[in-house]
Amino acid sequence: MKNGNDNKNMKQDLIALLITVIITVVLLYLVPSKREIVITISWKFFIEMISILPAIMILMGLFSVFIPNDLIVKHLGKTAGIKAIFLGILMGTLPTGPLYVAFPIASSLLKKGASISCIIAFLSAWACIKIPQEMVELQFLGFKFMIARLILTVIFVIIMSVIIEKLLNKKSGEFATNS
Amino acid sequence: MNITALTINGITIISIAIAFKKDKKKTEKALKVALKVSLKMLPMVIITILIIGLILGFIPKSTIINIVGERAGLKGIIAVASLGAVLHIPSIISFPLTASLLRAGASITSVAVFITTLTMIGIVTLPIEIRELGKKLAILRNGLSFIIAIVIGVLMGIIL
Repeated sequence: MKNGNDNKNMKQDLIALLITVIITVVLLYLVPSKREIVITISWKFFIEMISILPAIMILMGLFSVFIPNDLIVKHLGKTAGIKAIFLGILMGTLPTGPLYVAFPIASSLLKKGASISCIIAFLSAWACIKIPQEMVELQFLGFKFMIARLILTVIFVIIMSVIIEKLLNKKSGEFATNS
Repeated sequence: MNITALTINGITIISIAIAFKKDKKKTEKALKVALKVSLKMLPMVIITILIIGLILGFIPKSTIINIVGERAGLKGIIAVASLGAVLHIPSIISFPLTASLLRAGASITSVAVFITTLTMIGIVTLPIEIRELGKKLAILRNGLSFIIAIVIGVLMGIIL
């Protein structure tokens, strides 16, 4: 099932690649004056990407093998309060993979009694401040951009976590039947 | 190679060395995972590189500034935020893409908003989120993420 999905995604990506290549070739053929600039820019970005992507991929591979998901569940299941929010953010920065992988983990955390604020903090950190991801951001958008977004994100994720917990706990009865 | 790239590669080499010392088998598995993911991502990487070249080569700077630049206003920001919420592209790809737009005249605010909604909000994956976490939690999380993405972006525009 999962393999079938992978193959389907790969097929879609390859078709998209083919279409993009055709569009590029046609455009450059029709507008020769743009050839040089397009090729120069694409080449420059290719070099920038190739100089870090293999390293990032290896780091992500190491993270995924050495930090198994049940380790995260074990650490996040029993904490509470503001400490839980910080731990949630910290744990969220470690794993790799797209956000939807985190939903089942968050669900089992909920069942184990983790606070809602901790789970929101965990999901948000997983989504947008994972460590390998921050490294790519550093390379392409620079230190100032990366650090400013990181700090602001942590601040607002904490605020959001507290707000969502307050809102849901008010009607916690309904929520419990929901999950 | 710039200093950032050198540092990242250095960290990776040290990490491999430490991991190898700790557990040879696991490290080999990690490298295999890395190779597999890299191959899977390769088409997307090439697509992104070509699209960046086409955007910067063909679309005039003034057009980019009008759509996602300082002059775009709140409407532009909300449009960029919505685009990020709907699109489903790997975040690693989004950084070079947004960097190219930034160099072409996009504002810091729109770039930060786009990255935040792209990573935090998933309209495509919302059904999975609702199934796993319940309707209320999923909708609150995505809705509030949309708002904080805009706040973070606007603040970044002011700071930087």
